[in-house]
Amino acid sequence: MSPKDNFVLPDLPENPSRRGFFKSGATAVTLTLAPGITVMAFGGTPASAAGADAGKRWGLLIDVNKCAKDCTACVTACKDENGWEGHGDPEQNSQWIRKVTMRNKSTGHETQMPVMCQHCEEPPCVDVCPTGASFKRVDGIVLVDKHTCIGCRYCMMACPFKARSFVHEPVNNQKPHAPRGQGTVESCTLCVHRVDEGRIPACVEACDTAGHGAMIFGDLNDPTSDISKALASYPSVALRPDLDLNPGVRYANL
Amino acid sequence: MLGLIAVAAWSVLYVEHNGHAVTGMNNQIVWGLPHVFAIILIVAASGALNVASIASVFDRKAYKPLSRLSGILAIALLVGGLLVLVLDLGRPDRLLVAMTTFNFSSIFTWNILLYTGFMGIVGMYLWVQMDRSVHPKFVKPVGVLAFVWRLILTTGTGSIFGWLVARPGYDAAVMAPMFIALSFSLGLAVFLIVLIALYRLDERKIGDEIIARLTHLLGIFIAAAMYFAVLQHVTNLYAAEHSGIERFILREGGIFTTLFWWGQIALGGLLPLALIFGKHPSNASSRAIVASILVILGAFAQLYVIIIGGQAYPMEMFPGYEITSSFYDGAIASYSPSFFELSLGVGGVAVAILATGIAAKVLRILPTNLADKKT
Amino acid sequence: MKRLLTLVSLLFAVLAQPASAQDGGWLYGPTLPEATGDPHPEGNDYMRKYHMELMKHDRDMTLRDGDREIEASLKECFDCHTVKDERTGAPVTYEDERHFCRTCHDYVAVKVDCFMCHRSTPEGFEEPSPLHARLLDLSTQSELAKVENYIASLETSSDQ
Repeated sequence: MSPKDNFVLPDLPENPSRRGFFKSGATAVTLTLAPGITVMAFGGTPASAAGADAGKRWGLLIDVNKCAKDCTACVTACKDENGWEGHGDPEQNSQWIRKVTMRNKSTGHETQMPVMCQHCEEPPCVDVCPTGASFKRVDGIVLVDKHTCIGCRYCMMACPFKARSFVHEPVNNQKPHAPRGQGTVESCTLCVHRVDEGRIPACVEACDTAGHGAMIFGDLNDPTSDISKALASYPSVALRPDLDLNPGVRYANL
Repeated sequence: MLGLIAVAAWSVLYVEHNGHAVTGMNNQIVWGLPHVFAIILIVAASGALNVASIASVFDRKAYKPLSRLSGILAIALLVGGLLVLVLDLGRPDRLLVAMTTFNFSSIFTWNILLYTGFMGIVGMYLWVQMDRSVHPKFVKPVGVLAFVWRLILTTGTGSIFGWLVARPGYDAAVMAPMFIALSFSLGLAVFLIVLIALYRLDERKIGDEIIARLTHLLGIFIAAAMYFAVLQHVTNLYAAEHSGIERFILREGGIFTTLFWWGQIALGGLLPLALIFGKHPSNASSRAIVASILVILGAFAQLYVIIIGGQAYPMEMFPGYEITSSFYDGAIASYSPSFFELSLGVGGVAVAILATGIAAKVLRILPTNLADKKT
Repeated sequence: MKRLLTLVSLLFAVLAQPASAQDGGWLYGPTLPEATGDPHPEGNDYMRKYHMELMKHDRDMTLRDGDREIEASLKECFDCHTVKDERTGAPVTYEDERHFCRTCHDYVAVKVDCFMCHRSTPEGFEEPSPLHARLLDLSTQSELAKVENYIASLETSSDQ
């Protein structure tokens, strides 16, 4: 038998035999149509959109008044969901989300709120990444492509919100939906693996479960979504508004 | 030199195996000592080409014999600097990805192209000077190209910091010209030391007149560098929003304040200026060497304050508020460099020196006799 | 010259033997662990040759386009290609030379980058600390404790 007998031309990526079986006819339709058309055809419900949808822009609204003092439910939930709890030097451990305590220097008034990647519309981290590993998805979620990240940390220098962390140690036992490893940079993914399945980020869910309900997640482009209605009803700001980055994360009652 | 390089290589392997946890860099001080060394080497590299540019572009015949060493030194320093930068990456095994996947809105990407282009152009510059079959008329156009390229390159290096809106210590257009001015003074200082050292080691004659001319030029460049540094700080002091960072650097920053006043201003600026333009009877060579060493120390201090001081001061996410968090928001970060970072930086310098030494030995880049013309 | 040609052609004949673990073994080469589940429809040789291209293409679709309907992720591989330790029954991670990917990749000396970020075992298994990746300093109590814990975890999982 010669080696040539075993040579097979690679199938085209669209060849269905390689894709396993389709779950349902709707899935087949979803895959073959453009995501935008899918949303229109199925009425725009998140559960039926397969993947990033350019018609949507995901965002968060955080009501600082409802954020409970010394509650870290969102932080703990994010750690459990994405597995970034570090056991090394606290100055080197990753933090995708943290609670920030603000004290007004003149009045002495204190508030707390969670700060994470703001998923800006004009992200400085995306601009400075030399390999394009830091990128913004069409639905507004800013992510790090760790296959391409070379670990230069320029995005960490550029982020106005200190959202990014560098992985300083070898990692294993990663969560299956959140790969992370030594030498790459990471940050809040807005739980993209959940969002793509039509669910909400872990932090938002945890805040709801804890009874505070300080975080709302939704589609900023959809005027009928809860978040859009809330943003239209009462005042909210972006962090560091002078930088004009138009983040997807907004804060009310700051 | 080889010993230093070996130690550096071991450091890199240790850091790669155990992760950057073993270095002093963390999520607050993201770029540390290796980056200070790398930027010094890269800025010096672009400045070292100056002497050749003065000869070819500005037609100063007296500097022509020095052009080749200038070119070789520029390439050697750049290679050393890039080596340090690449080996400090979180994933240096992905260098090929960095060399093939480009994001053109990033100044880093442009820098990768500028740095590699620089090596090619200076290589070509050396070739048209050294290859006897090439007509001398090509030297000037290639020299002009090299000169313009290096100005763009240094602008790119300064813009790494100048284009960061996030941090108050950066975000300034003046960063680019400040780096260019620094490259002039630092590059010439390094060139002077290497020139005198090579001649002494090889027991060749070098005249006082040429050294005095170069030293005088160094003085002018130091003044220019100081001008831009003063401009940066005075501009920042004028704006209330930047008063915090200026107070930090100029008064309350501890090590950074010390390095700024005693390192950058005194050692790197005032002292060498006094030495160069004063009526000291010291001979030309020792004056040149001392002034150059002072300039290098001053540049080191300046870049340490820029790179690390700029990160140590917390970002003003909420102006008017004091902030605290588990992620050290609002807190001034501390940095204690590890041995690995120091050895990597020193290793880069060692590579540059070794490369220059070997080139000087093997290639015909140094005139045998640079003694003053006898009138 | 003729002897050299004969020798070279003999070498070619020997080296050109097909690679197929199913044919009762390689002439020389790694012993691949048995997989569970249905075989790949494309065939093992196709998979061996093109698995990297397939993964690279799919990963960009998932990451950049958010397409999670692809049933060919790294996670899926471990549904069938998990190697379990005989004594404890626990899946072995990439640090163990018996891991499925390592049996081939160690032999051909091609570095596998995936598991610096991805887990190398099925979901739900608690991978132990990456002992191999760090230079152990057993003089420190914390390092010693880690090794003891690891050994203890092997023993407790074998008790179950």
